[in-house]
Amino acid sequence: MLSRTAENLFWIARYMERAETTARLLEVGAHNALLPNTGGGFRNEWESILRASGTAGAFAAKYGDPVQRNVESHMFFDTDNPSSIASCIRAARENARIVRTALTSQVWDALNMTYQELKELSRTERSKLQLRDLTDWTVRAAALVRGAIAASQLRNDGYRFLFLGYALERADATARLLDVKYYVLLPAVSYVGSGLDNYQWTTLLRALSSDRAFNWAYGGDVTATKIAEFLILNAQCPRSLITCTGSALEQLNALAVEYGRTTPAVTLAEDLHGELKRARIEEVFDEGLHEFLSRFIDSTASLAGAIHQSYLTGRQQ
Amino acid sequence: MSKTPRYFNEMFENGKLRPPYKGLEGWARDMPVDLRTMKQNEAEALFRRIGITFAVYGEGGDPDRLIPFDMFPRVFTDTEWRKLERGVTQRARALNAFLTDVYGRGEIIRAGRVPANLVYCNEAFERAVVGIRPPRDVYSHIVGIDIVRTGPDEFYVLEDNCRTPSGVSYMLENREIMMRMFPHLFQENRIAPVDSYPRQLKRTLASVAPPKCEGEPVIVILTPGSMNSAYYEHSFLADMMGMELVEGQDLFVDGDFVWMKTTEGPQKVDVIYRRIDDAFLDPLCFRPDSMLGVPGLMNVYRSGGVTLASAPGAGVADDKAIYTFVPEMVRFYLGEEPLLQNVPTWQCAKADDCAYVLEHLAELVVKEVHGSGGYGMLVGPKSSAGQIEAFRSKIEENPANYIAQPTLALSACPTFVEEGLAPRHVDLRPYCLVGQDVVLVPGGLTRVALTEGSLVVNSSQGGGVKDTWVLAD
Repeated sequence: MLSRTAENLFWIARYMERAETTARLLEVGAHNALLPNTGGGFRNEWESILRASGTAGAFAAKYGDPVQRNVESHMFFDTDNPSSIASCIRAARENARIVRTALTSQVWDALNMTYQELKELSRTERSKLQLRDLTDWTVRAAALVRGAIAASQLRNDGYRFLFLGYALERADATARLLDVKYYVLLPAVSYVGSGLDNYQWTTLLRALSSDRAFNWAYGGDVTATKIAEFLILNAQCPRSLITCTGSALEQLNALAVEYGRTTPAVTLAEDLHGELKRARIEEVFDEGLHEFLSRFIDSTASLAGAIHQSYLTGRQQ
Repeated sequence: MSKTPRYFNEMFENGKLRPPYKGLEGWARDMPVDLRTMKQNEAEALFRRIGITFAVYGEGGDPDRLIPFDMFPRVFTDTEWRKLERGVTQRARALNAFLTDVYGRGEIIRAGRVPANLVYCNEAFERAVVGIRPPRDVYSHIVGIDIVRTGPDEFYVLEDNCRTPSGVSYMLENREIMMRMFPHLFQENRIAPVDSYPRQLKRTLASVAPPKCEGEPVIVILTPGSMNSAYYEHSFLADMMGMELVEGQDLFVDGDFVWMKTTEGPQKVDVIYRRIDDAFLDPLCFRPDSMLGVPGLMNVYRSGGVTLASAPGAGVADDKAIYTFVPEMVRFYLGEEPLLQNVPTWQCAKADDCAYVLEHLAELVVKEVHGSGGYGMLVGPKSSAGQIEAFRSKIEENPANYIAQPTLALSACPTFVEEGLAPRHVDLRPYCLVGQDVVLVPGGLTRVALTEGSLVVNSSQGGGVKDTWVLAD
């Protein structure tokens, strides 16, 4: 497969996953806006949402105060914001248009129709659009694309690069979300375990649409340790770091078999996944959650770099 | 100003239904308006869903614009088609013989049949390939010949396209969509299939593999990129033929060969079906600022390491000034009489012709010698006095840049319009493949001028397309 094609596939998945992450963040914001300010009224939840999306600075420069309507514009419609849902879907569809030949018509249909519907939404009067409908639509569109890929793509290298994209983007999103929630909102250790803490952690679960799943997996009280373990080390959680690294490793191993050669990317993924498999949550807290997450984010970036070096330059290794 | 002369109606001759359209008359007549609207919307939705779009340069508009599709097909009988087929393949052979000749000994020029300056001073004449003989002596592997009809038995060639004629994806997709929407038409009429085109094209390209290629040749399509107006077609053909669609950045030259960058490392490429212009192919040989090409490509080409289709330099044969001499080529190289006629053409480069053209601007169609896509042309009978005068000064400034032809009475085919069915002018572009064999699939691209009375069918000027049927015997 052409290296450029592989790269485009990788990014189609990353953009669609990013659109979904943005939608879930918006959903949490909307949910919290409906609640009385149980957090003690000390911080605007929309601001933490913007922080988690990594675009708080750009937002402040363009819109000023974080009021819901502007956050909606910024995170859903605004094509100046590269991680807005509109930007992600546009970019995913453009990448798909370039590599049409590597996609089944079902996947192309899903991406192209999503894009056409997005254009329709952008033309619709804003007063007719509920935020909840927009986020539902995005999550549904992302599921449609992912489902079309899973159902119709050949299990060849193209498929591997798509799911590598999903795995890395999701790992990155979960790690960043955890980091923002922990580091920004809870700088003082004394908050951990307090009522305020619980509320913030529940929000986090909701942002990863894992609140129900968490209850099934653990039951009982919501504690920071349980949540961190669930989102980092529990292989049942579809968005946990270990699930993502496992999925990346699986794809890379399959590529190694199909291409008949192993690469530095495979080794790196083995190391990363191996570390999570051996880790216990107490050790993570001992290292410091923020420190651990920063290291993890760097490692996934290195892995992405190694994948690029190993497969996407087209040169002999 | 003269009026558009009477034209040939493809469906009704002197008020009587012509036989090839027998299967369509009742279908069109009995189709309720709401069904028609529904089908038209369905067709548009299908095109949009598949993503068949055509960006128009210079409009700054929607890059995802659709070419309007008219559901009423254009029909040829088997007999009509066989005649066209003989004429088109004959012309394609002659054009390739001409190219081999002018980049070789130039016999036709020595014989005084074609003026030397028209060839050697031509912008499209490529000095860099003089003396190179491409595999099987084929320069133009896909020859698109634009044909208009003026009577039951009168066909004229409007122009030849020897470089990279586009539009073949419409021929295939228009058929796909018609079959999907009106399957019964295809049960009731015996319509020759066109879906073998991609296979035939692949076979053609494989048959011109370079001398250094051993085993199955690796064939790729080289595109300028996703911003190109015909990108859809490039990716469509790559998909249909199961070959990689590459950009210049995906290829590199190492040693005697061209390689593409793949996830498994470099892979050798033998045949490149390129959809970029000569000037952009190799920055070391042609335009040094080209980012679209592959540095060193021409060296590999020269030494027989790769085949380029079409071969660099093929453009000199489809130049509008050379066009006049194609019938002469048929006689000179093939020893046959041309089966398809040229439209009489005045060369403004010649003083006598130019004087005639300037006197008769209101009746003529004037085109730029190197123009394409219906840009920069004047349709005298359809233009205002002001437009004509403006064009006159352009011709006087640089006469050699223009040719003129009489305004032909293009045939008209029934077309769905607001009020129902009405005749609209059409042309035809069949795609002739030249490799080991010279083949023509039974069909082509029918373009239709959707505005009443208009003679400009180019999609860049608001023309539409139709499915083109050849009825089996």
